[in-house]
Order: sequence, then C-alpha cells, then structure tokens
Amino acid sequence: MKELLKIAYRGLGRNRRRTLLSALALGLGVALLLLMAAFVEGEMRDSLEQGIRLESGHLQVRARDYDASKASLAWEDLVETPDIIAAQIATLAPVRAAAPRLYASGILLSGDESLGVRVVGLDPTSATSDIYREGLRGGDWLAADDREGVLIGETLAARRNLEVGNRITLLVNTSNGDVDEQRFVIRGIYNTNTPGYDQNNILMPLSKAQAISQAGGRASIIWVALDDMFQAEAVAAALSSEQYEVKTWEQMNEFLLSIESYAGAMMAVFYLIVLGITATVVVNAMVMAVFERTREIGVLAAIGMKSRRIMALFLIESFLLAVIGVVMGLVLGGVGVYYASTQGVYLGSLTTDMGVTGLLMSDRIYGYLTPQDATMLVIAAFAVTLLASLYPAMLAAHMEPVQALHGGEA
Amino acid sequence: MPVARVENVTRDYAIGEFKTQALRGVSLEIESGEFLTLVGPSGSGKTTLLQLIGCLDQPTSGKVWINGQDVGRLSRNQRAEIRQSTIGFIFQFYALIPTLSAYENVEMPLLLGKIGAAERRERVMHLLEAVGLADRVDHRPDQLSGGEQQRTAVARALATNPTMVLADEPTANLDTANGQQVMEIMLRLNHETGVTFVFATHDPRVIKYARRVITLRDGIVVANGQAPAAAED
Repeated sequence: MKELLKIAYRGLGRNRRRTLLSALALGLGVALLLLMAAFVEGEMRDSLEQGIRLESGHLQVRARDYDASKASLAWEDLVETPDIIAAQIATLAPVRAAAPRLYASGILLSGDESLGVRVVGLDPTSATSDIYREGLRGGDWLAADDREGVLIGETLAARRNLEVGNRITLLVNTSNGDVDEQRFVIRGIYNTNTPGYDQNNILMPLSKAQAISQAGGRASIIWVALDDMFQAEAVAAALSSEQYEVKTWEQMNEFLLSIESYAGAMMAVFYLIVLGITATVVVNAMVMAVFERTREIGVLAAIGMKSRRIMALFLIESFLLAVIGVVMGLVLGGVGVYYASTQGVYLGSLTTDMGVTGLLMSDRIYGYLTPQDATMLVIAAFAVTLLASLYPAMLAAHMEPVQALHGGEA
Repeated sequence: MPVARVENVTRDYAIGEFKTQALRGVSLEIESGEFLTLVGPSGSGKTTLLQLIGCLDQPTSGKVWINGQDVGRLSRNQRAEIRQSTIGFIFQFYALIPTLSAYENVEMPLLLGKIGAAERRERVMHLLEAVGLADRVDHRPDQLSGGEQQRTAVARALATNPTMVLADEPTANLDTANGQQVMEIMLRLNHETGVTFVFATHDPRVIKYARRVITLRDGIVVANGQAPAAAED
C-alpha cells in the first residue's frame, strides 16, 4: 500500500499544471456548491424567520372556519372577545406577548393609481407590534385611538412616491360583503427589511380596523409570541378549546417546510450535475495519465503487479487529486461562505418581484452553511470522483502486459 | 528439471483481417544456470518467444512449462505471481519507473513480494553494489546515464532471486562500452548466483558472450547449438 501511495503521489507531481487545473476544476465545483448550499439554506431559514416574524407568529388562535388566505371578515370566521382571550393567554408563563389582529383586503387609491393591499389592524401598545415600531423609518408610531392614521411600508412609499403626512384613500372590505371607503393620513413609514411584505401591508390601530370593516369587537386571530418557539406544541395543547383552533408556527409554515425538503432534493440533483461535470475533468486527466504511462503499466505488470493493485494505484491517484481539489474547494468556498454569512448579499426590493408566492424574503440574504451540508458535499465530491475514476483505473488494470509494454500497440 | 520448457508452441496475431504467425511450432528446453541467446532477424519471433517464456503472453497452441508448471492453466493473477517470484525482466528501453529513485525501482519487486524491510534494504544495496551503482541509489532515472539505467534494470531483474532473467535486446540502446559492461555484469552474476539468463538479440557483442545460441527464422528454430551461430546482420 505504501509503495502504491508513493507512486500515486509522485505520479500527480509529474504534470503539475494538469494536476492543479484538474484539482481546481473540482475545487471550483465544490466551492460553488458550498456557496449555493449556504444560500439555499440561508434563504430557507430567512423565509421561515420572516414567515414567523410577519405572518404566523409562534401560535395563532383563530376560528375553526377562518381561512387566512382569504382574510374572511364574516363574523362566524372571527374571534369574539379577542381582548379577553389575548389577556388570558398572556398570563401563561411561556408566552411573551399575545394580542388580537384583524386582517382585511383593501385597495389603495393614490393619484390615478390603485393597488391591492392588506389592511392589518393591530394593537399599537402590544409587544407583538414591536417589529413595526422598531422598523419605523419616518413619522410617528400609531396611537391606539388614532381614527385616521395609518403606517405604510417603505417599499410602497418609494414605489408610489408617498411621504409622511400624505393623504391616501383606502377601500376596505366589510363583514357584510360591502366595501367602505375612507381617507387616511400616513403617520409613519415602517420597514421590516422584507420588501414583499412592506409593499402590501398597511397598518392601522385594531379598533379603527374593526370599525371600518364592521367587524364589531372581533379579530381575525390572536397573535401569540413565545419566549421559546419550540414550546409551541405544548402551549397549543394547553390552549385548545372547542370553539377555536390553535395553530403552531410549524403548521402554519408547512408549505415553507415542504419547500425546504424539496429544495434539499433539488440541491442533491444539482450536486450530482456539478460534480459530474468536474468529475469528467478528473477522468480526462486520469485517462491521459493512463495512456501516457501505458509502458510503465506494462513494466509494473511484468514485474508481477496484479491487476487489482494497478487499479488501486490509479484510484489512489484519483483520491489524492480529489483531496487536493476538495481542500481547494473548502478554502475557496469557505471564504465565500464566510463573506455570505457575515456580509450577506443585498437584493433590495428585487425580492418583492421574485421568489414563490407566499414566501417572504429579506432584502439582504445571508448564507448559512450547516455542518451536514458541508459534510454531505465533501462525501459526494469524493464519491463522484472515485466512481468516475473507476473507468481509467479499470482501463489500466485490464491492459494486457504485452500490449502495454509496447506502448499500447499489439 | 529444465527451468523452462516450450513444446510445439505457435502464436498468431490478427492485425485487421490479416493473420500473421509469429511462431510456428517451436520446442526447446532451457536448463538451470544457462547463459543463452535467441537470435534471428527482426520478425523472426524472438521477442514473442521471450514473452511466452516470461508468462507475459499465452500461446495460440502448444504448451509452456516454467519450473515444471504448465502456465497455460494459470489465471492472470497466478501468472503475475510467477513473474513476480520466478522471472526477472530486462527490456531494450530501460523500463524504470521515472518517478522512483534507482533504489526504489530495485525495491519495487520486493515490495510486491512482501519482503521485510531489513531484508529488502540488504538485497537492494547488495545488487546496486554488484552493478556498480552504490553511489547512485537516490538518483532518479533521468539523472542516470543509459548504461546506469540499464544496470539498474539488471539489479531490479535480480531483486527477487528469480530462477530466470529474460532480456529483450538489452544492449540495443547502449554504446559499445556500456553494452559490454552490462553484459559482463550479467555474465558475472550468472556465474556467482547460477541464475539462468536468456537474451533475445541480434547484437553480435551479446552473442559472443552466449554459451548456447538458438537461431529463429520465420517463427521456427533453425539452429540450436553450443557454438555461436553466425550473426544475422
């Protein structure tokens, strides 16, 4: 084994440029895949985080018939006495905050243009609204009793040239199926760093939203934030009742979680495609090495080296080449992933127009590389390279000694 | 018992649609300790015969015995084992592994034979001294002259204490002085160790060292005698 390692190692040194270029091809493939894996994982984590932060919370209490995608305002689909329920939930130890929210579909009229939006009625005093308060970029935060003030997202403001103090008209669906129209003043502009969300959601105090949509004192949901999101199941069990259903963040983000496993499968296919391409470079280099060394293979066979050892010799050489390539890939990819995970890549409002419907994306995507992804990739790189190297290794092993000694000719 | 016996051996090669017969019924015996030359013009079948005796190739018909063993019945791996343990090869091109030093080249057959480190070192150094290369052990082939490379190949051929060394045109690429030196070393080792040497050549400088000369022409033995046959060229 030691002598095979020695010959294989020195074999790589014979044509250093070819060895380095072949290893670099593998290295670039590995680096690219590391970066891709980091971005896909980073994006998935970001989407889940944004989904929880902006759409689902950790838990939601809602009427059994409530359909979140339709923002139904029919009274039977809403939660009655939401303030009382929220106050009761807030007394539970694992709950950080709980508050009612009302969602209504609407249309924003500004100038000659109209735009479909969602009106979010929230409790401005609750900690569940912190994300908007902390993201306030201009103007003032809402007061609970403000009857004509709204907050709009920065993306919407930029696209419609709206500023704090401007007046806008909102058409809002009501519980009895009509549409109510009212003028509002932009009190402030918020930014959640999620352009897709900021373009479509207009915030107003819960009581005003209840009034304009004629929902009475009702709310669409009770938004619950926990100290530890992994307590969601336990808290949901404690809150279960006949009248309302309690949904955990996992249930509400099922779609996202299913995309994540789909993305994992897509990445595996992508690994195979990219590594398959880099493996052809390695195979090419090894086939050239076999043909260049045909006579040596004949000599080794003549002095008694058996076929499987000759095969092992070239597999070891491929393995060593893969080691160099993978190390190069880890260094290059590591630098890239470090940059991606600390600096991120700024996509800005591009993310409003891309991605999958229902998937929220931040304006800056950070890479996130899991040890599993990195390990899987390294194993895949070795496996694909060695598998591909079987061909040149077998080519060498099956050469007839006599023909090999004559440089491949009979 | 002869170290090698060849009985009515033929070897056909198919080149495209044409079939050529390199050997057309050759029989001979090689006794232990011989210093024997196969001579004949190009295409007479010398190299083919050497390859059959060396278990590098198999006859189309007929039989080859090495140390009493019918090698036609052996698998590819078993023939590799025979080559490793019983036969040493010297080729016209020096056939050293270019990335290994002279020492490592000579050591290679011993590594394949799983010989212990101390014994390996002793044998390699002994052989490199015997061929006059004790001070060149760490040099790689491209740092050695043609004569030194061929002497390294002689040392490698003898590393496993084979019963027979087969040499195909061993002096063809050497000048007279180096060719003579290599032949004298082999003759001395033949005397000292009793190893059988078989050469294929048409170099009269080699033929003059031989104790028996077998002449081949068109794939058959035309002369087999003690006295040197007339050189073909």
